[in-house]
Amino acid sequence: MIPRAKLVQQKRDAAVTWLDGRALPEGGVWATKARKAAEDRLRDMGMPSKRDEYWRYTDPRRLTESTVQPAVLHDTGDALPLFDRVDRVKLVFVDGVFDAEASDAPELAGAEISQLRDAARSDLHWARDIYGVLEARGQTPISRPLASLNTAFATNGVLIRVAGKAPRPLALIYRRSQDTADALMHHVIRLDAGAELTLLEDGPVAARYNQVTEIDLGEGAVLNHIRAQGRDHERVGATHLFARLGAKAQLKSFTLSANGALTRNEAVIWLDGSDGTAHIAGACVGDGAFHHDDTVFVNHAAPRCESRQVYKKVLRHGAVGVFQGKILVDQIAQLTDGYQISQSLLLNEDAQFLAKPELEIYADDVKCSHGSTSGEIDANQFFYLRARGVPEAQARMLLVLAFLAEALDEIDDHALAAELRDHLEAWLNRRT
Amino acid sequence: MLNINNLHAELEEDSEVKILKGFSLTINPGEVHAIMGPNGSGKSTLSYVLSGRDGYAVTEGGATLEGVDLLEMEPEERAASGLFLAFQYPVEIPGVGNMTFLRTAVNAQRKARGEAELSAGEFLKVVRAKANELQIDADMLKRPVNVGFSGGEKKRNEILQMAMLEPKMCILDETDSGLDVDAMKLVSDGVNALRDAGRSFLVITHYQRLLNHIKPDFVHIMSDGRIIKSGGPELALEVEENGYTDLLAEAAA
Ligand SMILES: Nc1ncnc2c1ncn2[C@@H]1O[C@H](COP(=O)(O)OP(=O)(O)O)[C@@H](O)[C@H]1O
Ligand SMILES: [Mg+2]
Repeated sequence: MIPRAKLVQQKRDAAVTWLDGRALPEGGVWATKARKAAEDRLRDMGMPSKRDEYWRYTDPRRLTESTVQPAVLHDTGDALPLFDRVDRVKLVFVDGVFDAEASDAPELAGAEISQLRDAARSDLHWARDIYGVLEARGQTPISRPLASLNTAFATNGVLIRVAGKAPRPLALIYRRSQDTADALMHHVIRLDAGAELTLLEDGPVAARYNQVTEIDLGEGAVLNHIRAQGRDHERVGATHLFARLGAKAQLKSFTLSANGALTRNEAVIWLDGSDGTAHIAGACVGDGAFHHDDTVFVNHAAPRCESRQVYKKVLRHGAVGVFQGKILVDQIAQLTDGYQISQSLLLNEDAQFLAKPELEIYADDVKCSHGSTSGEIDANQFFYLRARGVPEAQARMLLVLAFLAEALDEIDDHALAAELRDHLEAWLNRRT
Repeated sequence: MLNINNLHAELEEDSEVKILKGFSLTINPGEVHAIMGPNGSGKSTLSYVLSGRDGYAVTEGGATLEGVDLLEMEPEERAASGLFLAFQYPVEIPGVGNMTFLRTAVNAQRKARGEAELSAGEFLKVVRAKANELQIDADMLKRPVNVGFSGGEKKRNEILQMAMLEPKMCILDETDSGLDVDAMKLVSDGVNALRDAGRSFLVITHYQRLLNHIKPDFVHIMSDGRIIKSGGPELALEVEENGYTDLLAEAAA
C-alpha cells in the first residue's frame, strides 16, 4: 500500500508533467476564467491513477500518458453510416476538429448553434453559466480529473441552446483521420423551459479522445440523446456527460459501443427539480482487446423523480466490461423511483464482467432497486431454437440481440432503435 | 419413417445414470404411436436424444429418419429433415418476438432444404390463419416467445410451430399436461388437422384421455428405458383402469 499523501503527490506530479509545455488556449473573458479554474482543479486533484478506488477496474494510463499510441483506422467497408436516412442537421468533426465544409449549415429552428472555438473568443456568452460549471460540480463526491483537463484545454465542440421544440435532430458525426490524433471535445447543451431536442452522435471521434458534454435542462425540457461510438478496434476514449435537470425535465440517453480498445463513459446526473425523469442506458459488444467501462452517478436531489440505468454488455475472447453505478438519494428526495440494472452476457469463459452497484439513500419514502448479473447463453433457449431448425450461429445471434433488446428498448424513437438494432446485427454477423 | 433400434443412452456427465436401455420402435408413414409410462421411465430423454439435445451419450444402438442416421446430425439438421419435438416444458425467450421466432425457424428450414424463403407478407397470411384455428391471438404472436404465457398457451404455441413447420415426424412430449378440457380439444384438433398419410406421430403421454382425441394406431408401455408391452388403443384403456402396477409386474416376471 502506498500512503495516501504519497499517492496524491504522485497524481499531482503526473498532472504537472502533462501540463508541462502546454498553455491554456487563448480566449475571451468567460472562457479564460473557466479554463483557468479547471486547470487549478486539475493541479489540485492530479491525474487519475489505477490506484484510485474509482479506477479500480480500469487502468487510466492510456488516457493520461503524454503520447498517443497509434490506432489504425477501421475500414467500415460499404456499411451505411448510422442516422444517414434521418432528416437532421449534421455537424462533422474530423479527429475532434470541426469540419465546416463537410457539415450542414448550423440552422435549426428555435436553436442557437455555435462552435466552442468561436464562442470562446467572445467576452460574453450564454454558455458561461454552464461551461465548466457542471463539470466542477461533478468533482464531488468523486474527482474526475480528465473532465477538468478537458474543460481547461478543449477548443472544439458545439454550444447549442434550444428555446422551442427543435423540428429536426442535431447529429454530431465524428470521423477519424490520423492514427495518433488526440482529441479534446467539449459540448454544451442548454434546453430552455419546455424545449425539446434529439441529439445524435455517431463515430469514434479520434485515435484517443476525451469528451465532455454538459447538459442543462430547464423546466419541462426534453432531451433525447442517442450516441454510437463507432467500431474502431484500437481507439481509446473517455467521455463525461454531466446533466442537470430542472423540474419535470426529461433526459433519455442511450449509448451503443462496439469494439474500441478502451472506453470509459461516465455519466453524472442531478435531478434538481421535482418530477424529473432520467433514463440512461447502454449496450456494448466487445471482442478480444476490448475494455469498456460505464461509470454512472445519479443524484436524486428533489422529490418525485424517476431514474433508470439499464446497461447490457456482450463480451467474448478476453473482453472486459465494467459497470460502476450509484444512485444517491438526498433526504429531500421523497418518493424517488430509482432503478438500476447491469448485465453481461459472457460468450466464453475468458471474458470478464466487473460490477459495482451502489445505493445511498437518505430519504425514507423511496422505491429503489438494483441488480447485476453475469451469465452465458442459456442452454435451454439455445437448444429450443436449434430444435426448430435455426442454425447454431443464427441462434446465438438471436439470443445476443434478445439480451441487448432491453437496453435498446430504452430508446423512445422506434425507427432509431430499429436502425441501431439492424446495425448491431450486421456488425455481429460480420464477426461470426 | 422413424426407426429406433436398441437405443442405449446415459447421462454424459455421469455414466452411472443409464436412462435408455435398449429402446426399439419402428413407426411407418402415417402412423400414430403412443408411449405411456410412469414418471422417470425415460420418455422425455428419448425425445431429447432423438432431437439432439446435449448432455446424453448414446452408448449402443441408433435411430434413423427415413433411412438417414439421426444421431449424426445437428439439432437444426434433424429439424430441417422433418423431425419436430413439441416440448414438455416449452422454453421462454425474452427479447425474441414469437412472430420473429416463427419466421426465422420456417425460413431457416426452407433454406436448409434449398427452398425459397417466405416473404413477410406470405408468412403473415399463413401464420394468421393457423394461429386463428388454435385461438392464438395477435397479442400472443407479438409477445416474446412463451413469456408470460399460461401452460395451455405454451402448448398451443408448440402446436402452432408444428403447423407452420409441417414436419414429417412429430414427437409430442406430454402435450396434454396442464391443459383443461377446452385447451385439450384445441390442441388435439390442431394435431388431427395435420394427420395425413405422409406424416407420423409419436405421442408421449401420461394419461389415456389425450388418446380419446388423438386416436393412436399403436400404444406402447415404457418402463425403465425400454418398451415392455405394445398393443392397440385398448392397452391405454387398460392403463387407465388398472394403472401401471400389473403391467410392470407382468414384465418383471
Ligand atoms: N439431465 C439429467 N440429469 C439428471 N438426471 C436426469 C437427466 N435427464 C434425465 N434424468 C433422469 O433420467 C430418468 C428419466 O427421466 P425422463 O426422461 O425425464 O423421464 P420421463 O419423461 O419418462 O418422466 C429420471 O430418473 C431422471 O431423473
Ligand atoms: Mg417427461
